[in-house]
Amino acid sequence: MWTLFNTFLRIGLFTIGGGYAMIPLIEQKVVDEHRWMTRDDLLDLIAVAQSCPGIFAVNIGIFVGYKLRGIRGALITTLGTVLPSFVIILSIALLFQQFRDNIYVERAFKGIRPAVVALIAAPVFRMARMAKINRYNVWIPVVAALLIWLMGVSPIYVILVAGIGGYIYGEIENENKLNKTS
Amino acid sequence: MLAYFILLFWTFLQIGLFGFGGGYAMLSMIQGEVVTHHHWMTMGQFTDIVAISQMTPGPIGINCATYVGYTSLVNAGYAPIWGVLGSLVATFAVVLPSLILMIIISRFLMAYRHHPRVEQVFSFLRPAVVGLLAAAALCLMTAENFSTPRESPWQFWVSVLLFLFAFISNRVYKLNPIRIILLCALAGIVLM
Repeated sequence: MWTLFNTFLRIGLFTIGGGYAMIPLIEQKVVDEHRWMTRDDLLDLIAVAQSCPGIFAVNIGIFVGYKLRGIRGALITTLGTVLPSFVIILSIALLFQQFRDNIYVERAFKGIRPAVVALIAAPVFRMARMAKINRYNVWIPVVAALLIWLMGVSPIYVILVAGIGGYIYGEIENENKLNKTS
Repeated sequence: MLAYFILLFWTFLQIGLFGFGGGYAMLSMIQGEVVTHHHWMTMGQFTDIVAISQMTPGPIGINCATYVGYTSLVNAGYAPIWGVLGSLVATFAVVLPSLILMIIISRFLMAYRHHPRVEQVFSFLRPAVVGLLAAAALCLMTAENFSTPRESPWQFWVSVLLFLFAFISNRVYKLNPIRIILLCALAGIVLM
């Protein structure tokens, strides 16, 4: 149990820059070092965790923890993954409160803000390739982005409608295929 | 005050439940709820939080939830200790749906993930997540983050240059985001 906690504490602590940077580390710890599962099993888990809502690293942790030790295992790995973030961010938040009005900190953040926007914009095209965007479905991301950006629609509704829309569209397609064949 | 915590919990529960597509896509949702909908902080403050979440260890979604939970309480005029409780509530709420869903999925749904009906749902959902990410970037292109040519031409054009630098160095040269942020911080101190 302690090893499980400790492993995911490290995964939470040593990955900077979010989700996908964690995969090699998780692979090394879970497959090579502790032999908790095979590489194929882990790849399957990663595929499922990616298509699930929530934080990727936490999802993986829950899967691994639950597989090994049931619900207690899942709770332990979640705590392990979340704890480093929690402690570090809170320390920074408490400190930043005092330094925010410092002229140099203020200037530094004036320079950082455009970079943050660029770092969020940069993965859009990579994600588009991964989501297999083509000329038939390109309207979906465009409409989604415009609704959120210009109309102020909540992204939560966009996700809900997209999921339901995809389901209904698939059903209509199936119906058409059936009609053609019969 | 209790109402505030319940609202915070409810908001992050939804974010955890509908946050498909990983940390960056989740940022769009946090931004939509926290800045646009509830006005718990300004777009500039949110951008700073994202910057710090990117630079510090840990999943960006958790970092951001923790920081937003703290900041929204402090912004509302409560003492920092309530802010700490706020970040506890936000982090717990964002993780809770994962905990429940993942356990259900690993028990029952692993077998169904290639089921045509599941694929149908994702055929629209995956492209929509790309739109979410694009919207997150577009929503952040504000006067607070870039200034305007009229308000401060110097800051505006330096900001545009830093944006282009960060975008190109990340996409083309695969420069590490932490280095990019540090370089831009340095540029900000020298130029702004």
